[in-house]
Amino acid sequence: MRKGKLWSFALIMLLVLSTALAACSGGDDKEGSGDKDKDAADQGGSENKTLVFGRGGDSTSLDPSRVTEGETFKVTVNLFETLLNFGEQDTTVQPGLAKEYDTSEDGLTYTFQLEEGVKFHDGTDFNAEAVVKNFERWANGDADTFPYYNSMFGGFKDDEDHVIESVKADGDSTVIITLKRPQAPFLKNLAMSMFAISSPEAFEKGDDEYERNPVGTGPFKFVEWKPNETITIEKNEEYWQEGLPKLDRVIFQAIPDNSARLNALLSGEIDLADGINPADGVKIEDHDALQLFERPSMNVGYLGLTVTREPFDKKEVRQAMNYAIDKQSIIDSFFEGRAEVAKNAMPSSISGYNDDVEAYAYDPEKAKELLKEAGLEDGFEMELWAMPVPRPYMPDGTKVAEAIQSNLADVGIKAKIVSYEWATYLDKASKGEADAFMLGWTGDNGDADNFLYVLLDEDNIGSNNYTYFKNDETHKLFLEAQTEVDEDKRIELYKQAQEILHEEAPWVPIAHSIPLLGGAKELTGFVPHPTGSDLLSNVEFK
Amino acid sequence: MIRAGGVKELFNYTIKRLLQLIPVLLGMTFLVFMLIRAIPGNPAQVILGQQATKEAVEALTIKLGLDQPWYTQYFSYLGGILKGDLGESMRTRLPVADEIWPYLAATLELALFAMIIAVVVGINAGIISAWFQNSWFDYSAMVLALIGVSMPIFWLGLMGQWAFAIELQWLPTTGRENVRDPVSAITNLYIIDTLIQGRFDQLWVVIKHLILPGLALATIPMAIIARMTRSSMLEVMRSDYIRTARAKGQKMFWVVYKHALKNAIIPVLTIIGLQIGLLLGGAILTETIFAWPGIGRYIYDAINFRDYPVIQSGILIVAFIFVMINLIVDLLYGLIDPRIKYD
Repeated sequence: MRKGKLWSFALIMLLVLSTALAACSGGDDKEGSGDKDKDAADQGGSENKTLVFGRGGDSTSLDPSRVTEGETFKVTVNLFETLLNFGEQDTTVQPGLAKEYDTSEDGLTYTFQLEEGVKFHDGTDFNAEAVVKNFERWANGDADTFPYYNSMFGGFKDDEDHVIESVKADGDSTVIITLKRPQAPFLKNLAMSMFAISSPEAFEKGDDEYERNPVGTGPFKFVEWKPNETITIEKNEEYWQEGLPKLDRVIFQAIPDNSARLNALLSGEIDLADGINPADGVKIEDHDALQLFERPSMNVGYLGLTVTREPFDKKEVRQAMNYAIDKQSIIDSFFEGRAEVAKNAMPSSISGYNDDVEAYAYDPEKAKELLKEAGLEDGFEMELWAMPVPRPYMPDGTKVAEAIQSNLADVGIKAKIVSYEWATYLDKASKGEADAFMLGWTGDNGDADNFLYVLLDEDNIGSNNYTYFKNDETHKLFLEAQTEVDEDKRIELYKQAQEILHEEAPWVPIAHSIPLLGGAKELTGFVPHPTGSDLLSNVEFK
Repeated sequence: MIRAGGVKELFNYTIKRLLQLIPVLLGMTFLVFMLIRAIPGNPAQVILGQQATKEAVEALTIKLGLDQPWYTQYFSYLGGILKGDLGESMRTRLPVADEIWPYLAATLELALFAMIIAVVVGINAGIISAWFQNSWFDYSAMVLALIGVSMPIFWLGLMGQWAFAIELQWLPTTGRENVRDPVSAITNLYIIDTLIQGRFDQLWVVIKHLILPGLALATIPMAIIARMTRSSMLEVMRSDYIRTARAKGQKMFWVVYKHALKNAIIPVLTIIGLQIGLLLGGAILTETIFAWPGIGRYIYDAINFRDYPVIQSGILIVAFIFVMINLIVDLLYGLIDPRIKYD
């Protein structure tokens, strides 16, 4: 009987609880709209000084020198500054923490005049000594700690290929960097987010500690990091550039699902959202309270043909693939027209782009002819690898693969669509296991080397050259271009290389897409950067 | 409450069950360990990203101990667990044991909230359906339950966002809190945190954030519980003692909620236990749609990054919770029905 009482008591508690819950959700409506009004006022008036930036993923680290993934740089570009900057919407080299810079005739000595009176967020001085210590920290590191330093400057202190001979302070505000051999993209490399100057006092406490307590000279200071949820940064009151930043606070919120992120933007919970699907672009353009931003394209989406596998070891077959695929209709249907048809391995915004290359037209007849020449008039069977995840350069891998499949069927090639989970996909493709695979690349520093050499040179077979393409002529041209300091000569070298790549056709270049962002209408001063890392110091609500 | 001998019986039973957990969890660590290593994809490559050089990948592989034979890796992992060390995330370089609680807390809060909705609504709907069998309520509740079971969570989630957040503007779409006015985390269970700090305005905000993901997560268990309760109740209601109770002129409410429910609840309880386990699985989808920073997403991200220590320990913890819930359910049986013996 006593047990029965207990049970009735539990039941009554349950009922009370359910009533309470019902009351909660009942009162919630009022509460909700009240809050909404407050939020709206927050967003509407010039009162609002907090920007909520919705993005696809969280950062893995806040020390930019230790990572290679873009979500980290989106935050750190606002916390740190580099010696040199990229242009507002391009990758030209501009002054940064170094107000002036000078290159010697032979391209081996660089002299930087630093801004004076700049302080790190921890109150310590930014000066030549601090710059030297940053370079020492990187040069003394190893490949897995500072992966980008390794790949941009040819190794570390004791490595033979290390391009930096010395970094020296000359007085308080002059830094002299000497190279062992000329490196053409050197200044562009210095402007990359990963080579941001940190407070030596802060990083000397230890790398792992520093990763979660970043200290730079940037317009914003780090406040709080809730993993997988939000990263909050606030205005650096002592920022050396007069009147900047205009916002008091920026909150980066991770919302993995593209549709959910769009919903959060539509409901006004976030003010800015990246990774907008091309299909949703019009919806944002037509919305009263929103505006659409287009990020200048610095990417390429392509179909790679593994040249070590039959029948793609034959040039005619690779060319036939290029003639068989209707790129324009792919772009119209799946990129909503928000992309440029690709004919080279890099976008036209990059210096050295060869516009004289004549694109392979959509010409199934020509494709059939070439297949016949290759002795494959009856066609052949192949695997077509479709990307399992949307990427800025490829919004929907599976659908594009289906379009390609039907194009290929028209010329007698039977393609079977295959897909793996993303990490598996990359792993298997890099081992050369795919016949043909979809992939892409977003540039790091806006240099031709960062596309052509990285993606198509024999040195990068097994890492980013997934097609296993190998060509002595292009290899020679790429290496020459890496040390050529004369810009015009360099452009010429890359133009020649693109001619050869076009003829050899290891890829079917598909598109240079325009990534989209959506934002609140009142937002001004937001200029999306082609690298994907947006400086927010000029942004404000009008 | 429990007979004198019952306490000892219960104690022995609990100990026995806890001992049984050891081989179960051990087997699981081994299975998970081998399975994740069978997936292609080198963690070092994935962590360093597409841009990394070969040397960097090799260096990190060695540093992470991935060049060691599998048994060396496995036993050092087991040894770590015994010392309470769950390993270090390869990606964030933080100890998993330190890192995991905020994620676990986020999921527990959501799952508990969803389970309360599912149990309260599900059981009551089932009871009322059985009570008024073949009424319009019965039919519509069971049709709704059928729809509920077959509804994909992501669709339901996005529709909920559209209707209640965008169109009606009652509820927020994503996250756990108003990010402009964040909750200062103490226990990381935000409802408790806001109560501790006496921030009742934030408490409402936190509850509002729980409603849409909570409903999305609760739909399937709610439907299953409702159907189970209904059929179980119908069976009991036909039995002699219910007829006797009614013949004695007892109020129908009393007959249903006291006499009948007590006997009908046992199979429902089993279902509830199982559903809690499934809830943790469903949390991955819900957490993605609602940007809920929970354990489901934590493990999912870890799988994408081949972050072995996080996958291993994350799944181990979830499995541990699952078996503990089953144990609690089994113990509850005896509490409700003394005729059930522990053995």
